[in-house]
Order: sequence, then structure tokens, then C-alpha cells
Amino acid sequence: MEILVCARRVPDTSENEIEMNGAGDDIERDDLVYSVNEPDNYAVEEALEIVERTGGTVTVVTVGGDDDEEILRREMAMGAKNGVLLSDDDFNGADGRGIATILAAFVKRGHYDLILTGVQAEDGAAQVGGMLAAMLDYPFASLVNAIEVQHGKLKISREIEGGSKEINEIDLPCVLSIQTGINEPRYVGMRGIRQVASIPIPTFGAADLGVDGDAGPAAAKVKRMDYFTPPLGKGAEMLEGSTEAIVDSLIGLLKAKGGLN
Amino acid sequence: MPRIFAYIVHKGGVADDSAAELAAAAQKIDAAQSPAAVVTGWGPDLDAVCESLRASFGEVWKIANEALAYPNAELVRKALVSVLPSGSIVLAPHSHFGTDLSPGLSIKMNAAYVPDVLDIETADGAALKLIRQEFGGQVSAHVRCDISTGAVITIRPGAFKPVQSAPAGGTVVDKSAAVGALTCGRRYLETIAPETGDVDITKYPVLVSIGRGIQEQDNVGIAQDLADALGAAVSCSRPVVDAKWMEKSRQVGSSGQTVKPKVYLACGISGSFQHLAGIKGNPFIVAINKNRNAPIFRVADVGIAADILAFLPELTAKIRQS
Repeated sequence: MEILVCARRVPDTSENEIEMNGAGDDIERDDLVYSVNEPDNYAVEEALEIVERTGGTVTVVTVGGDDDEEILRREMAMGAKNGVLLSDDDFNGADGRGIATILAAFVKRGHYDLILTGVQAEDGAAQVGGMLAAMLDYPFASLVNAIEVQHGKLKISREIEGGSKEINEIDLPCVLSIQTGINEPRYVGMRGIRQVASIPIPTFGAADLGVDGDAGPAAAKVKRMDYFTPPLGKGAEMLEGSTEAIVDSLIGLLKAKGGLN
Repeated sequence: MPRIFAYIVHKGGVADDSAAELAAAAQKIDAAQSPAAVVTGWGPDLDAVCESLRASFGEVWKIANEALAYPNAELVRKALVSVLPSGSIVLAPHSHFGTDLSPGLSIKMNAAYVPDVLDIETADGAALKLIRQEFGGQVSAHVRCDISTGAVITIRPGAFKPVQSAPAGGTVVDKSAAVGALTCGRRYLETIAPETGDVDITKYPVLVSIGRGIQEQDNVGIAQDLADALGAAVSCSRPVVDAKWMEKSRQVGSSGQTVKPKVYLACGISGSFQHLAGIKGNPFIVAINKNRNAPIFRVADVGIAADILAFLPELTAKIRQS
């Protein structure tokens, strides 16, 4: 099976606390550590496991700039055979629909039986996979947490409320958004990344893909205007002081609230 | 202002809680219009839901089709595209179903798409100014959405408080005839209930709940020690289950268990809305997290900015002494 995985490089929230900058109009971007969007690792791992069972190849694609090559190489070190960068100055400021338009144009150049995305990225939008499927007129399923390959189709499980599983069959080719926890993404060491460091990564721009004007900021119907600190809500009473003092006040509170008898 | 439609999720003849939240969101977009509910399904359940919605919506658009007896998002999308006027604003809950349906619906309706909206700040006939969150709720963002060709918007569950208003006395409009034969490349087979685990976290009045901050499986014992000292159970958030450090049955959240403890100790949990959705009954929430910006501190009663790996053993030791 030929599998395409769409991945993205994002600020790593497990490495960074995301805070507002001094001017208060953007997040603080100095010293941000970037990495591959964590759910995308589950999508790549799932693709690799399918290919190990049924044959075929895994290609990882991202829309971005030169800095984004590093996540393609990381996923290639996991075992993806090809990495592809879709890059053009005109793509800056694309909204979710724009990203899906660029990806759809790339998909039409080749032949893929299965297209996977991670469940969502740092913006929590969970949108590109469903849009891409609709543009290609492929069936789509979100929140997939198990895949069984059958003849010309897949049997899949979707994670729905309360931990229930919704079982579907879906025809190929299709687009699936992969839920975290579906597998255990393999470890990638520095050695693995060095081994793929010199593999050329083909790059396609707006003209190559035939998406001039369709995918950039001018076409974007949705624009983020700014970031701001969320309202505090009721806000927790913060216990401050020495650990010993905090432990004592917490034990008092737990006794008062029925947490400790 | 374009016409506003609320897509109603329902089960067993009863509308989901999101129905009233969508009505509240619609009112924030345009208080002058009575939004229409759009409901897909089949049989007596569908009729019961449509009837109940007449109280809160001016019109209830009913789409009855045997293929829609189970809400397969691919089929629902096709039905909506044949029925809804182009240029409409369509609201749906940001749930497992809403995220399955809505991105593709926006493409097929050639409309803008804004997912997981928490508030609507301004609205005119050309654009909406909306509030979202990014980075797991650590920061908020204003988003401008061009609605000149319509919009599909999913609403964060719980973000819009239902508004009490006089009964709308709406009419049910049967739109079923506008939908032809429905087929798609994805077929629903069955729903499998979750497996029960060794410990039923819903039965405990006190939960020690751990998140990504526990860092590795070997550290789960630190939380178990505290739970033992408190007579509590250990529950967890999604990353702990994803990493296979605890069973799925221990997960609190919209895709896990719903719990109603008296006291909830959130240890190294950032506090995503999906996690918070699983905590009901207004418990006393203690949040312990080394990131002072963690969203959990906005909903907790008491917060402690500390590394749980250092703090929890100190707490356990002191409880055992006393």
C-alpha cells in the first residue's frame, strides 16, 4: 500500500511553556523548541506498521519552509522512505483550507491508497484531513484508533464518547485522522537521523502544484488576528511558601473538604 | 446577516446538551434572528427530537432518511449539502461527531471553517470576530472569519451558557424530499462499549489524577502511594494512557470516564477541555503543576506550582505521619 502521511513542525508544548511576548500581540517565540507535532508520530508509526504487514512505501509530506525539513528527516529516520516539502513564499498565511488545497494538489500528482494525518496540531483545529478528503472526494474518518487492512478497504475503529469504539469499514483510497495512543511510535536516535541526513528532499512550489493564488493569504477566509492571555476564570488560590508550609495547608484543606479523614 | 442553522446531535429521541449551547451561540451572532435547528435521523426518535426542539428554535428542519438512522458523518454531510442554502452559517458541537462532519462540510458548502470556538466577540454581515484557544488552552486567540460565502463553526462544549427565553413555538419543516439516495465509502458497522478495568474510578470520592507530568511509568507508584494514604484511587489524563502507563479505564475525560468525586487532585495535568469535560459534580480541585500558565489553574480551587515528582512524596509522608 502506498501511504502518504501529512505532518507538521510545531512548538513543542512538552518542552515549552507558551507565554505572551512583551508587546502582548504574539506568543514569545525566542527560545521556543520546535518538534514534529506529536500526533503525527502516531500516524507515521501506523503507516509503517501497515507497510510492514502489506508491503508498499510511506511518504511524509509537510507544507512549510526550510526549517521544516528537520521533521521530514525525523520521520524518515523512523522508516518513511520519502520526504516531500511543499514550500513557497505564497503559502505563508494560508489557513486550514489553504493547507488542504496545497496537499490536495500534491496528492493528485501521485497515487496514494491511504492518506493519514495526526488527530490535530497545536492550534487544536483538527481540520486539514477532513478538508483534504472532501477536496479529493475520498471517504474520511476522524479519531481513528485501530486499522485492519482488508481487500480494497479498511476496517477501522473511531474513538467516540466515554471510551466507546465506533467500528466502520471504509473504501480505499481514503483519508484518516489518527488518534494518539493507537500504537507506540518507535524511538528515533541521533544515529538514525544522521543516516537520512543526505537523502535529497524534493520541494514543490505553488507553480509546480498549480495552486497559484488558491492557497495563500489572499484566499484565506480565516485569519488569526492576535494571541492573548486567557481570562483567569475563577482562578485557583495559589499556595505559596516553603514546601512544608504548603503541605500543611493542603492537608488542612483536604481534611476540610472530605479528602482526608 | 446570513441565516443560521444549528446541527442537532441526538440519541434515543433526546437532543444533546449542545443543542441549547448552539442556540446561545447563534443568538450571540445575531440576536435578531431565530435560528433554525437542522436534524437528521429516522423513525420515531427523530420525530421526538424535532418536537422537543420547537420550544427553542423558530424552525426545525427535519431530514428523515433510513440511511441516517445512525449518524454517519459522511452521509450527514451529503444530506446537509443538499438541503442547506449556500451562504448559511452552520453551527455544530466540537465533539467527535462535529470534528468528523464539519471540515468536509465547509469545503462542500464553499464556506469558511472555524473549529472549537469559545466565544463570539463581534458579528456583522461580512465577518465574525471569534475567540479560540491554542496550545492546549495556554493562550487564546482572536480569529477573523469572512462569512461572505457562509461559515461552518464548531462550538466548544460547555463554552456557551444556554439562554432562558420564551418558548419559540417553532414549526417542523420536513426537508427529507430534498435528499436523494444516500451512499458513501464509509459504512458504520457497530459500537463497542469500553472494557471495564481493575479499578472503577467512578466509585471513589477522592481521586489522585496524574498527567504528562508523571514523566515515566516507574513514577506512577508515587501517585499510588499518595492514593493509598488517602484511601483514594489513581486516575489519569490522556497522555498517560497514550503512553500505556495506565489502562484506558483509568482515563478521565470526554473520551474516557466521567467522574464525580468530592476531591480531585490534578497532578501534572495541564487541563485540556476534553479532560475537564470528564469531571462533574463540582469537586474541590487541587492542581499541582510546575507550569504556572497551565489551564488547570483557571478551574482549580487551590493551586500549587511544583514538580509533582518532588511534591507528592512529601505530601504522602506528612499524611502518613499524621
